[in-house]
Amino acid sequence: MPSHDSGNVAWVLVSAALVLFMTPGLAFFYGGMDRTRNVLNMLMMNFYCVLVIPVLWVVVGYSLSQTPFGNDWIGNFDAFMLTGIGIDDGGMTLATIAYLGMFAAITPALISGAVADRMKFSAWAIFVPVWSLLVYVPVFKWVFGGWLGQRGSLDFAGGTAIHVNAGIAALAAVLVLGKRRGWPQEGHPPHSMPLVMLGTGILWFGWFGFNAGSALGANGQAAQAFMNTFLAAAAAGLAWVFVEWLRDGHPTNLGAASGIVAGLVAITPAAGYVSGAAPIWIGLIAGVVCCYAVRLKLKFKYDDALDVVGVHFVGGLVGSLLIGFFANPEFFGATFRKGIFYGGNVRLLAEQALANGSAMMWSFGVTLAIMIVLKKTIGVRVDAEAETTGLDLALHSETAYHSGGLH
Amino acid sequence: MKLITAIIKPFKLDEVKTALRSAGVDGMTVSEVRGFGRQGGHTETYRGTEYQIDFVPKVRLEAVVDDDAVDRVVDLITESARSGKIGDGKIWVTNVEAIVRIRTGESGHDAI
Repeated sequence: MPSHDSGNVAWVLVSAALVLFMTPGLAFFYGGMDRTRNVLNMLMMNFYCVLVIPVLWVVVGYSLSQTPFGNDWIGNFDAFMLTGIGIDDGGMTLATIAYLGMFAAITPALISGAVADRMKFSAWAIFVPVWSLLVYVPVFKWVFGGWLGQRGSLDFAGGTAIHVNAGIAALAAVLVLGKRRGWPQEGHPPHSMPLVMLGTGILWFGWFGFNAGSALGANGQAAQAFMNTFLAAAAAGLAWVFVEWLRDGHPTNLGAASGIVAGLVAITPAAGYVSGAAPIWIGLIAGVVCCYAVRLKLKFKYDDALDVVGVHFVGGLVGSLLIGFFANPEFFGATFRKGIFYGGNVRLLAEQALANGSAMMWSFGVTLAIMIVLKKTIGVRVDAEAETTGLDLALHSETAYHSGGLH
Repeated sequence: MKLITAIIKPFKLDEVKTALRSAGVDGMTVSEVRGFGRQGGHTETYRGTEYQIDFVPKVRLEAVVDDDAVDRVVDLITESARSGKIGDGKIWVTNVEAIVRIRTGESGHDAI
């Protein structure tokens, strides 16, 4: 951990607030893509994560995922309820715990986009804390300080631990949940593209805290991660829009938004390990790959409503594997393995593949189990009437747009 | 008295309104509606998937006029709302049994 000077503490505190803001950003990004009758349910699924996870994180999440730091598989209860966490170190530990809690909150929120329009809120309310404890906490532990990290795989800000993890969990969740009524024959176009664009802007803004904050200090690595976050998002948005323009004839707002998010996801694992033009290449590659990956659901018939798999899983995997090519330890004056383009061998790429493969297997399997248990007990899916009426009215007794016309 | 109902392209509303006003039509009601005729709908593309939007936005304009003004008003709407492209809309005329101005209680021709 970096030295505990006030500059470092200040940057981590600011970054924590930036990452918190990403969850409402994600809520608008998803909510705009939803239909008018389900937008409030989508917002609530996201905001619920920032209600339940901070509490869970402080009670046991942090302790199990970070103490002791070097442990291979899972932590212990030493920091249960923040026992023994003081402010003698200038607040750095406390700031870091809060910062990491924001990551814990947004990770299950990512899954909400896949299960949109049809999941019972009661099932979601249980799914989020259970998934966080059984999937997020162990995977986070393995990647950051645990066996995967010790083997030398790299994940700067959560490409594997957050995006690949949540993305593959989203796939498992929708396989149990089933398709939305009428999908794919009936279209489900976004009800508010301006909300999507607003959410995208908030996500991009918050992502500077997500990535540059992961340096856990106000230093050169943070500055490079900041620049990488800036460039990769732009390059990926550019790539997605141009693929659409050439392929479909129109540059779309949703394409720009999707590309930006895909680029942000892809640079997340790499942000503190790559430099120069690498973030532009990572962004361009992620933009093109994800633009095609969102069509996989039509080919394989899984209803990932808002493309969590195509953007977060695929984007995270692309970024994480590209570290194997672009990692540049010399630039950072650090000792991690070199990528293939910087004189390294395939070892780093192999470690990246192993880390992501392990996270995917655990996440997919355990998520499937959680969803099946929920399905057999309280049920995971709303009835046909609620789904047709809309989840806002059926589950929350609220309506998003009272002034609306024929929706 | 007749009720003239016109379904027109939204971007033509200003021209139609100006034409009717200058011809002495003192009041009208408009609403935003959606529908389709021979034009059919249109397609929108999101993340590379095309969606067929059947009901396209239109404006419904309604005005009650005296019998002897009907032909002139219909002609004015036809001219001012026409773009020449498919989807320009339709006009229909229906009989009005009675009409009352709420503020004064006037009825019939005086209430128009």
